[in-house]
Amino acid sequence: MGKTALKRTSLYASGASPVNLLQARFYHEDCLVYDLEDSVPIAEKDAARLLVYHLVKYQRPTDKYVLIRVNGIYSEFIDEDLEAAVRACPDAIRIPKVEYANEVKRIAERITEIEKKAGLPVGKIELWCNIESYLGALNAREIAEADPRVVALALGAEDYTASLRATRTKEGLEIFYARNLVLTACRAAGVEAIDAVFSDINDKEGLMKDVALSKNLGFDGKTVVHPRQVDVVNAAFTPSAKEIRYAKRVLDAVEEGKREGKGAVTLDGSMIDKPMELRARTTLAQADAAGIAY
Amino acid sequence: MEIRKTAVAGTLESSDIMVTIRPNPGKGLQIELESVVLSMFGDEIRKTVEEVVSSFGIEDAVVELQDKGAIDCVIRARVSAAICRAAETKFDWSAFDPENGREEA
Repeated sequence: MGKTALKRTSLYASGASPVNLLQARFYHEDCLVYDLEDSVPIAEKDAARLLVYHLVKYQRPTDKYVLIRVNGIYSEFIDEDLEAAVRACPDAIRIPKVEYANEVKRIAERITEIEKKAGLPVGKIELWCNIESYLGALNAREIAEADPRVVALALGAEDYTASLRATRTKEGLEIFYARNLVLTACRAAGVEAIDAVFSDINDKEGLMKDVALSKNLGFDGKTVVHPRQVDVVNAAFTPSAKEIRYAKRVLDAVEEGKREGKGAVTLDGSMIDKPMELRARTTLAQADAAGIAY
Repeated sequence: MEIRKTAVAGTLESSDIMVTIRPNPGKGLQIELESVVLSMFGDEIRKTVEEVVSSFGIEDAVVELQDKGAIDCVIRARVSAAICRAAETKFDWSAFDPENGREEA
C-alpha cells in the first residue's frame, strides 16, 4: 500500500521510547507523529532527537504520512530539533503553540536554510501548525496562509482552554468556538483541519460522540494519543456504504441533468443544489482516499 | 573527540539498549556487550558500535552495552547520544552535509 492521502488519524509516539516508536507503525493511523515535545523529559531531549532522526531516516514506514513534532518555537531545543528533523526528511514538521504568522515564516526560512546546507530538495517538507492558545485561534487564517509549506492546522484543546482560563470538559463546549475558528481558517486557506485530542483513552463512547462532532463540523481528521483510539476515529472519518451510495446517486443525477440540459435537477423529489453536490463530491473523495470501491 | 567523563544513554526497556561510555586513555576501544540476542547478533552489534565510535574520531573508550533487542538504528542513536554526553558536546548535525564531506556511519 502506498502512502495515504488521508489524514483521519495522527497518532503521537514518544521520542523517548524506541518500543513506542517502533510499535506505533503497526496500528492503522494515517499519520504517525514522532514526538520530541511533551512526551519527552527535558533530560532526554538530546537522546530523543537522535533516536527520532535515525528511525525516521532509516526505518520510516512507507505507508504512512510521517511527521516530527519539534519543541516550541521559543524553547532552547528548537534549533537542534529543526537541524535533526529536516535531515531526517519526514513528510512534515509539526510546530507546537503557533500564535503568529511571522513565527511560521521564520521556521519555514530556517527549514529552507537547512535543506540547502544538507543538499536536500527545497520546499518538500510540509508544516502542520498546532493552534493551542486564544492568540493562535484568533490568528489562525494568517498562520494557515503564512507559507506555502503549511498544509494543516491542528487544534490543541488542553493548552487552548488553559490560555482562556476555561475548564476542559468531555462535552467540549469550551472549544466549540475555537473548533469553528480553526476550521473556517483552514477552509479559507485551503489547508487541512485536524481536530483536538479526546483525552480519556478509556472512554470509547465519549470518543465516538466527540469524533462524530469533529466530522459533522467538517474536520479532516483528529489527533489521537493512544493506539486504541485509532480505529474509532478512522471509522468516523470514513464514509459509510449508505453515504457513498447516496453521494453517487446525487452525482449521477447531476450528470444526467447536464446531459439533458436541465437547469434544475431533482433526486427522490428533492432539488439538488450546489452544496449537496459539493458534499457528495467530498464523500466520494474520502471514499477514494480510503481505497473503497463503489 | 575526547571522552571526558562517564555517561549513559538508553534504557533497559524492550527494543532499547543502555550504553555506558567511560574514558580509557591510551588503552584503545573496549566493548563489553550483554544482549538478549548475543549469539545471533553479537558480532553485528559490536561492528555497529565500532563504526559509530570511529565516526566521532574516538580511539580510547570503554563502551558497556546492555542490549534488549535494539535494532541497528536505535543502537546508532543511543551510542551517539552517550558519546555526546561523555564528550560534553552537542551532536554536529552538519557534519555529514555535502560541503563537509564526511560519511555517516
